Amino acid sequence: MAAIFQGIGAATALSPTPSNCFDSKKLPLPSRRSLSGRKASFVVVRSDGSTNFGSGSRSQKAQKLITNAVATKPDSAASTSASKPGHELLLFEALREGLEEEMDRDPNVCVMGEDVGHYGGSYKVTRGLATKYGDLRVLDTPIAENSFTGMGIGAAMTGLRPIVEGMNMGFLLLAFNQISNNCGMLHYTSGGQFKIPIVIRGPGGVGRQLGAEHSQRLESYFQSIPGIQMVACSTPYNAKGLMKAAIRSDNPVILFEHVLLYNLKERIPDEEYICNLEEAEMVRPGEHVTILTYSRMRYHVMQAAKTLVNKGYDPEVIDIRSLKPFDLHTIGNSIKKTHRVLIVEECMRTGGIGASLTAAITENFHDYLDAPIVCLSSQDVPTPYAGTLEEWTVVQPAQIVTAVEQLCQ
Amino acid sequence: MSSTFSSSINTITPRSFTNNNPSLTPFLGSARNLRFNPLTNSTLPIPRLRQSNIFAVSDVKQKHLNSSPSVGNLLITKEEALELYEDMVLGRTFEDMCAQMYYRGKMFGFVHLYNGQEAVSTGFIKLLTKKDTVVSTYRDHVHALSKGVPAREVMSELFGRTTGCVRGQGGSMHMFSKEHNLIGGFAFIGEGIPVATGAAFTSKYKREALKQTNCDAVTVAFFGDGTCNNGQFYECLNMAALWKLPIVFVVENNLWAIGMSHLRATSDPEIWKKGPAFGMPGVHVDGMDVLKVREVAKEAIERARRGDGPTLVECETYRFRGHSLADPDELRDPSEKAHYAARDPLTALKKYMIESKLASEAELKAIEKKIDELVEDSVEFADASPHPPRSQLLENVFADPKGFGIGPDGKYRCEDPKFTEGTAHV
Repeated sequence: MAAIFQGIGAATALSPTPSNCFDSKKLPLPSRRSLSGRKASFVVVRSDGSTNFGSGSRSQKAQKLITNAVATKPDSAASTSASKPGHELLLFEALREGLEEEMDRDPNVCVMGEDVGHYGGSYKVTRGLATKYGDLRVLDTPIAENSFTGMGIGAAMTGLRPIVEGMNMGFLLLAFNQISNNCGMLHYTSGGQFKIPIVIRGPGGVGRQLGAEHSQRLESYFQSIPGIQMVACSTPYNAKGLMKAAIRSDNPVILFEHVLLYNLKERIPDEEYICNLEEAEMVRPGEHVTILTYSRMRYHVMQAAKTLVNKGYDPEVIDIRSLKPFDLHTIGNSIKKTHRVLIVEECMRTGGIGASLTAAITENFHDYLDAPIVCLSSQDVPTPYAGTLEEWTVVQPAQIVTAVEQLCQ
Repeated sequence: MSSTFSSSINTITPRSFTNNNPSLTPFLGSARNLRFNPLTNSTLPIPRLRQSNIFAVSDVKQKHLNSSPSVGNLLITKEEALELYEDMVLGRTFEDMCAQMYYRGKMFGFVHLYNGQEAVSTGFIKLLTKKDTVVSTYRDHVHALSKGVPAREVMSELFGRTTGCVRGQGGSMHMFSKEHNLIGGFAFIGEGIPVATGAAFTSKYKREALKQTNCDAVTVAFFGDGTCNNGQFYECLNMAALWKLPIVFVVENNLWAIGMSHLRATSDPEIWKKGPAFGMPGVHVDGMDVLKVREVAKEAIERARRGDGPTLVECETYRFRGHSLADPDELRDPSEKAHYAARDPLTALKKYMIESKLASEAELKAIEKKIDELVEDSVEFADASPHPPRSQLLENVFADPKGFGIGPDGKYRCEDPKFTEGTAHV
């Protein structure tokens, strides 16, 4: 298993070829056909990197990823080259591109939220869309989160495919009842009669001194709602691919974006592609320890990985991407190879994604573990304003290095 | 009085505040007696305001009797009247049967019965077409029945059987029917209103963004007086009026939010006045009178269908039973209950039909018998229906079952044979 995985894994840092991408809508499940379809795409996606576009830079593994990765250091000259195919854009532009392609493809796709229209979105994800599609398809709503989220659900039940933007993820707490009771449960309580193909998305995570309320990680709040899928994007490539997949999914999907990653730059294919909502992304194959992470912490991990490699460690880094459900296949294969797990998350420690992941790993792969799982999470405090305090709230690369060193002793 | 609706819509203009018919008696009798704050009584001429916007069947009937007794002047045709009567009898009989079945241990949980409020459901829903949408609350059995969901399916749902309208997965407070465009069944206060607003938004979207010019579906959202103190109500009034959505907000003001009197909970108990505050008509109607409700409903629904925007209708009604079957109903004043029991909407319609020679006693009896049999049949059907099998457990959590994710074996969990048996651990 490990050998097979390595073979696949070596190429996983590459982006999938667009034509072979997994299209969740075209493959009805569950069926034998869809299973083989998925397997086929699985293999192709992960072994066909050589023909790829911009992410060729990413295929050269960790070093370049690091330079490319940290949003606060936009010095990623190495990743750009005019001669390469594809086009280079920022993460928020990638999201916008995905949105626009889907709105072009399907007239039932619409956007609603605070300032998504004329203003173009607080992080400009919907810039220019209102001009192109009109005020009804890109609907500026009053500041009434619970109600416009509920409206999105009602619209989804009656045939539209709305994308509801929380201007800041934290504001979605005001829509919690709609997200939980209606978004998550209506398909079930209606005996399967109504689908709720809605995407709820927005900027979250700890930013730069935004204060407690604007620095929330709501994935832990939402994770136990039945009937909801959650994905976190981390690169322009997967941001676009996941946005498109989320829109096409018949399930309600919450797409987590991170305020500090919007200006991340990457070259992505010109051709249309879609990411698989349920799959984790192999960021850096390695042998010694499995580091599971997502969203912004991916870049803290990759910074730490640089140090770790210099120190002689070979960590395997997986961006779990799908926060609910977990891709236990990719995670399990890695654990069977490294036998050690470090989880790095920005989520809260108590009841967070890391806690759920720890439980899932213990349940499924306990026999493969040579050491207890280590989980580095944010401190259980309201995110402080002061820069120093804020920095100590979330996991820093140095902590990751120390944790790996201890795990691998 | 001829154009009752338009005059009552203009509640913002002083004209409608004048009491031009002193013979009108306010039917908010018990509510006035219950007035919590005597200060309000002395400072606000509420009864007078009420009068000009209240229309009871008796007044209209009086008017018609005075003018001309010919059938052409009646409020309703015979066929319509019989349809309304049948629907109301169905609602009443069905709910009485629910109480019996609940006490016999055939259904469980919270079961909220609609007795006394039938005129509202019948008055509105019988004017809708199949493609129009209805959004209800936890007191939703009768809305479902009025919208056309078969009694068998509703009863089976209450029995928790696979033949229920949502396969036994929803229960009393979660009735849905895609076929009949009933989109809930919402168990929490107010949460259905945004969803209804969304359904109305879809109508507008189809018409304007997708250029489906023939789409004129209307959404009717039912909710109670207690909901009108909830933020979602105001947020949605604002959005619906702002975008001129084809929706009618119907308040079933039964004066009580479980044990909280409307007057103890609400600074200004006249809910209809909140419509004009948001730039939409607000109408107050006697909710114990199906013909009056129907008259107002017709205007409001047509207004929505024309694309002229939403309407807020406050139907003053009363529930004849406790909040739910678990409520001993000890709080409400027996004289208040008696006052409203005397205004039973079913009896009133029956009386009107017989007096206006719209139907004979025998015809109405025949309807009652037919409905009795129908409800009996629904119970027999439900009782004979199978309980949901284990295999049903994991169905319908996700519309696309890939949402259950990828298991350690690399396959989607929904491909596991145990998944379809309902025994998988997910």
